[in-house]
Amino acid sequence: MIVTTTMERLQVLMRLCSALAIATLVALSTPVLAQSEPASATFEQLVNEVAQGSLSKRVDTVAAIAALKHERSADILQALQDGNLKVTRDDSERVVIETADNQILDAQTSEPITGTDLGRLKRIPIHNKLRSQLHTLLAQLNLSHPNDEVRLSAVTRLITDGGDEQTATLLNELKSDEQNSRVREAMDTAIALYQLESENATERLAAVKQLRGSLIPEVRGPLQERADYDSDKDVRIEAQRALDSIEGRLKMFRLGENVFFGLSLGSVFLLSAIGLAITFGVMGVINMAHGELMMIGAYTTWVIQQVFPNQIEYSLFMAIPAAFVVAGLVGIAIERGVIQFLYGRPLETLLATFGISLILQQAARSIFSPLNRAVSLPEWMSGSLQINPAFSITFNRLYILLFGLMVFFALLAILKKTSLGLKVRAVSQNRPMARAVGVRASWVDALTFGLGSGIAGIAGVALSQLTNVGPNLGQAYIIDSFMVVVFGGVGNLWGTLVGAMGLGIVNKFLEPYAGAVLAKVLILVLLILFIQKKPKGLFPQKGRAAAD
Amino acid sequence: MLTQRLLTSDKGGMLVLGILALTCILVPILNLAVPESSPLHVSTFTVTLLGKFLCYALLALALDLIWGYAGILSLGHGAFFALGGYAMGMYLMRQIGDRGKYGDPLLPDFMVFLNWQELPWYWHGFDMFWFAALMIIVVPGLLAWVFGWLAFRSRVTGVYFAIITQALTYALMLAFFRNEMGFGGNNGLTDFKDILGFSITADSTRIGLFLASGIALMVAYLACRYIVTSRAGRVIVSIRDAESRTRFSGYQVESYKLWLFVFSAVLAGIAGALYVPQVGIINPGEFSPLNSIELVVWVATGGRGTLYGAIVGAFSVNYGKTIFTTFYPEAWLFPLGLLFVLVTLVLPKGLVGLLGRFTRRKASKASEEDTP
Repeated sequence: MIVTTTMERLQVLMRLCSALAIATLVALSTPVLAQSEPASATFEQLVNEVAQGSLSKRVDTVAAIAALKHERSADILQALQDGNLKVTRDDSERVVIETADNQILDAQTSEPITGTDLGRLKRIPIHNKLRSQLHTLLAQLNLSHPNDEVRLSAVTRLITDGGDEQTATLLNELKSDEQNSRVREAMDTAIALYQLESENATERLAAVKQLRGSLIPEVRGPLQERADYDSDKDVRIEAQRALDSIEGRLKMFRLGENVFFGLSLGSVFLLSAIGLAITFGVMGVINMAHGELMMIGAYTTWVIQQVFPNQIEYSLFMAIPAAFVVAGLVGIAIERGVIQFLYGRPLETLLATFGISLILQQAARSIFSPLNRAVSLPEWMSGSLQINPAFSITFNRLYILLFGLMVFFALLAILKKTSLGLKVRAVSQNRPMARAVGVRASWVDALTFGLGSGIAGIAGVALSQLTNVGPNLGQAYIIDSFMVVVFGGVGNLWGTLVGAMGLGIVNKFLEPYAGAVLAKVLILVLLILFIQKKPKGLFPQKGRAAAD
Repeated sequence: MLTQRLLTSDKGGMLVLGILALTCILVPILNLAVPESSPLHVSTFTVTLLGKFLCYALLALALDLIWGYAGILSLGHGAFFALGGYAMGMYLMRQIGDRGKYGDPLLPDFMVFLNWQELPWYWHGFDMFWFAALMIIVVPGLLAWVFGWLAFRSRVTGVYFAIITQALTYALMLAFFRNEMGFGGNNGLTDFKDILGFSITADSTRIGLFLASGIALMVAYLACRYIVTSRAGRVIVSIRDAESRTRFSGYQVESYKLWLFVFSAVLAGIAGALYVPQVGIINPGEFSPLNSIELVVWVATGGRGTLYGAIVGAFSVNYGKTIFTTFYPEAWLFPLGLLFVLVTLVLPKGLVGLLGRFTRRKASKASEEDTP
């Protein structure tokens, strides 16, 4: 009996408190810090009072802290809710916050306390009623927080957890003053979700209309319920329509996502094929060790991260030139050591470079062990760009896409604008004539091959951000790269770009229907058929250069 | 008359054939008749190993026929080998009957494991040997015909042909790795019990398979020899050396190439079919592009364009591989890669060419001594 009365009293008190809190919140809904300044004297007192008295008194104190709308009110309540708000066991009864990494902060000032030994700390206890009060108060506090992101996440939480009438009214009040369109949209959704349960059919209808086209996943369940079971026919029809429109938009964004994934895969193809486009396309050398040059670039990234373990953030900027140089030098060594003796004998070149690829693979296996090595992702590469609830883009894929295009255009510029590029083109078009006018053809060959190999190394750096680094890294890409070059047209860089992106997108669109492996098989078959139709690729070379 | 045409001016070939015939006679005797304690005894392990090499040699012969004589480098010949092997494997699977782990009289173990209810249509008929034997020839041949028809018709040659054949075997490997294909997925076909009613592990069966491989190799050698010494063979060589000129002389270049390619694929399929019962397993790894390219190096090492060079190459490289992997099991790729580079740079005519140069120098020296 006694228990129930206490509980009832608590409930009454709770309601009073939240009503009070809401009233204050509404009054102060324009968040101006200056307004809360004069009250900050009492903020400190209230923080100290949290630790004192009975649980029911704590309910009042908490409500008062929330009502103050002090800039740190939310922190204190959050800490209390998480059980991080603690009190020293000595007479001073200082209230402190213990953070997740065991740092002790003064609750009043949030300054870290160092030096003084506080002795053992006691957690300030809360009970279920207080916890749910804290939950509501925190949501409400955050709803009028000056920071847009905090407000948005508070509204999102309301959408997932569902709100009550009070929050709905509160949201209605806050909405009119909301400046940020994303927050306002989320608030509309939250209110509409609440109104979906309304007794009034017109209100439900309005809510359904409001929710039309919303991409937030929590919306679909309640809407489906309305569409299936609502007593009002109009609401049912309208809810079904809203669902259809949501489905349509989702389909569109899924399409967008597929295109993005396709482009991302295409950028990997592009990076791996672009070096090949030079060695194979421009020089006509079949380099089966191309994949292993990529592997060398990827291992370079790993080694650099091992040498500078504290500079992971910048490691990629070091790795890109390093990989270019290392892979380029290996490439020049291959050209001088083997390929220069085999010009004009493509099949022999293919076999010899295949032998080199086997040696390089085995070397990687012997030096770095056959196990895969994980290259860590710098902070700025991880995470994703959330465009809306149905469509997000991971940063590493986005950057690699941009990086691939950058490398592509840089290479295009080198070939079109520099003297090396001029010589490369001259030698590839007419070797004896180029030699006759004083181009050192064999030297240009070595540099061209080095350039192509260096770009393969850079591709390896990018790949190391997507997959694990192992001795077989290159093998997985060599056939795809050749396909891209052949598909796009040998000797044509633009063809390589279109070919890579096209193959990437086709691959991603086939995957949902056929599965990843079968998609790959289908692509290979399609390509073989394509080569039947256009043996010189999408963009065949025209004119004298085409005749070999 | 025919023997004269096939064997005169083919000293190397005669020598290799002689050694092969001798091996086929001696090895069974030394294995079955000589007691195990005797130093002359040949263990069953060695018999199986030699049988494997014979199959490799047959495969190398098939590749040399098209690469050495028609100049078509196929980097996907392992695919035909594996297809022949799978056809044989399917027959051997059906022979297991209800002796599998799950004891299903009709379905092979892996299908029971995948919860399949009935035999896929393409598994029917493989319980009969004649049908399986037909498929060993038809499946690789048909694939080669379709693929070759498409490729040669649109004049895909040289390096492009090499790359698309590699893509072909790669695609097949990916496809056969899938469980849904119904060929045992990753694990392939294995646990064979018997062939034509003989237990597959018995010594006598091993000898039988060894003999079959040896005879197949010799017959195939003579058949290849027949082709390359015929009129058509000369047209094929002229296609290799000057394709356009041959075409302008009125020969149907495409059909010569196509039929040679199909014949070569059939030989590879037969090699695969003989290989599978001896090693006791066939899995998608056989489709791996690396296998096909290793095959190319056998031929290159032996000496392309001589037929018997391919046999010499297959035996020497594989023997070297067996020896090497016993001591350094991990590092086989080093010598293999080095072999690729060295053969192409230093020994474009292979071991056979090296021997030929040696004997020719001796002969010319002898004639110099005679003249004064």
